[in-house]
Amino acid sequence: MRKAIQKRMEAKKYVWEGAIPLQIHLHESQVTTLPPPPPALILAPRIGYLPLLVPLIKPHFSSTLPPGVDTIWFEYRGLPLKWYIPTGVLFDLLCAEPERPWNITVHFRGYPGNVLIPCDGEDSVKWSFINSLKEAAYIINGNCKNVMNMSQSDQLELWHSVMNGNLEAYLRVSSKLKLATIEDEYTSLCSSKSQQGSGETDFTGQVKTGRVPVRLYVWSISEDFDDWEDLSQVDSWEKISYINRPIEIHKEGKCFTLHDAMKSLLPEFFSDESLSDSKLARVDFEDAQKIPSEDVSSNKVVEDQGQNAYEHREACCISSSAEIKLIRIQGIEPKLEIPFSWLVNNLLNPDHFLHICVCVKVPQ
Amino acid sequence: MMDVFNWDGTVSAKDFRIGALSFAQKWESLNSAFPPWSWVPCPKHPWLASPEVDIDQNSQTDPGEEETSCSEKEDDIDDATLVQSNHHELHYCDFHIVYSYTFRVPVLYLRAYCSDGRPLLLDEIEKELPACSSKESPETKWAFITQEEHPYLKRPWYKLHPCGTSEFMKLLFLGGDTGQPKLEVVLELYLLSWFSAVGQVVGLRIPCKMLNDRR
Repeated sequence: MRKAIQKRMEAKKYVWEGAIPLQIHLHESQVTTLPPPPPALILAPRIGYLPLLVPLIKPHFSSTLPPGVDTIWFEYRGLPLKWYIPTGVLFDLLCAEPERPWNITVHFRGYPGNVLIPCDGEDSVKWSFINSLKEAAYIINGNCKNVMNMSQSDQLELWHSVMNGNLEAYLRVSSKLKLATIEDEYTSLCSSKSQQGSGETDFTGQVKTGRVPVRLYVWSISEDFDDWEDLSQVDSWEKISYINRPIEIHKEGKCFTLHDAMKSLLPEFFSDESLSDSKLARVDFEDAQKIPSEDVSSNKVVEDQGQNAYEHREACCISSSAEIKLIRIQGIEPKLEIPFSWLVNNLLNPDHFLHICVCVKVPQ
Repeated sequence: MMDVFNWDGTVSAKDFRIGALSFAQKWESLNSAFPPWSWVPCPKHPWLASPEVDIDQNSQTDPGEEETSCSEKEDDIDDATLVQSNHHELHYCDFHIVYSYTFRVPVLYLRAYCSDGRPLLLDEIEKELPACSSKESPETKWAFITQEEHPYLKRPWYKLHPCGTSEFMKLLFLGGDTGQPKLEVVLELYLLSWFSAVGQVVGLRIPCKMLNDRR
């Protein structure tokens, strides 16, 4: 039984251990010494947040900084980075062709308050994290009492487990929150009986239908391209549509896949035949709001069979309509046929949300 | 059809839209002194945009900056309002009512700034609208304001946290002595009732005639 648990933990462990190598440059306006300081090289946890790296970064640059009060923010090629988005998600979203190390710039002055909400360091990030967790709890359980009623010490321990990347400590505390998991269709398909056992007290039961907390980041492009590198940079958050909307899972015998999940959130990028699907009947609002330019007459996304996780997808379209070019979760590009439950049970961030980065091509 | 006793205080996106349009219509016809609410038909984030705050009897309305909505429809929204504070300084306040898919309720977003464009800080806003930070009255018990990014406009705004909304909406309809309303009636009046409670927190009032109008 212990082996079964270990296997389940494997994917989660990979996620928690995932990291992005960063090469952090001090913005030239704040360099007061010659020669300018070399960039700081830091391995940033995927599930972490950029402001939490400041204690590592600041000492590196402190001797060159101009005098005054620090208001720290990060930027990638001119785009201020939203500090409450996990580092891994920022990387997956903004680096279509993954850059290693990822070259970002740190500023200690001139906080762009018209674009970024203020950040007072670790406390702001913690507050944002707990709020997201409350939201996730509300989505899953219908209320956020369990998070609100956490003891101070539990809350602190949970937060520290995230800061330190300590999965075991995280699971220990978060299990008290009773955030129900959904039935893992992949595991039950693969293995024979008895997924339930005395050892699996962490998982508090299986939900046949339910809402899954999802944050979708949709980057729209209108140009054709051969390589990700050819694409023009994301230079503004206006180009990214943020959809914070739970996915409803309805078990109707067949497996609910990533494809089904994406269809429910972005129906305009899937073929017309899906509109008669009973699942989409719930998205009645979307239908009422259909905009002609986004109407898709027909398109299919054909899976690329390559092993390389970063090959971009071939999409064959019947008309030159909108298509999904890329879906990335925790740096992985899963096949659309994957059971959605597997993604939920393994690729969640500590805030209990599934963060999905999508690149779509829309007609001009 | 679910009966009103089992109602959890939330609305679907579709009902929100219907309620919002009806609310905007009533507001315009019965509240003509104030700028109207406009519906912003953004496909992923439907919301109702306002211009108005009237805290002081003497305040006037002033057309302010125009903002374009999402590109699909190019609706222009007149956004501005004049609020007279104790210091005779002129402040503007924009309100948006956005539907939350997470909580399945409307959420009030607000943004306040001085006449020179400088955004007001949270404590300055709380001073303007004393009900915001008051913990006394039942309506304001769950009202707390957090700074958050507007889900569509992507700029920092303030939002009135929605986690207590479904609770007080249930109370509003079921806690009274007006008998048990039909669910359809509840949903029709949802936005109006919601606004009558939430508006108080930020100093917005609904004229009585709007509440009494049952058309």
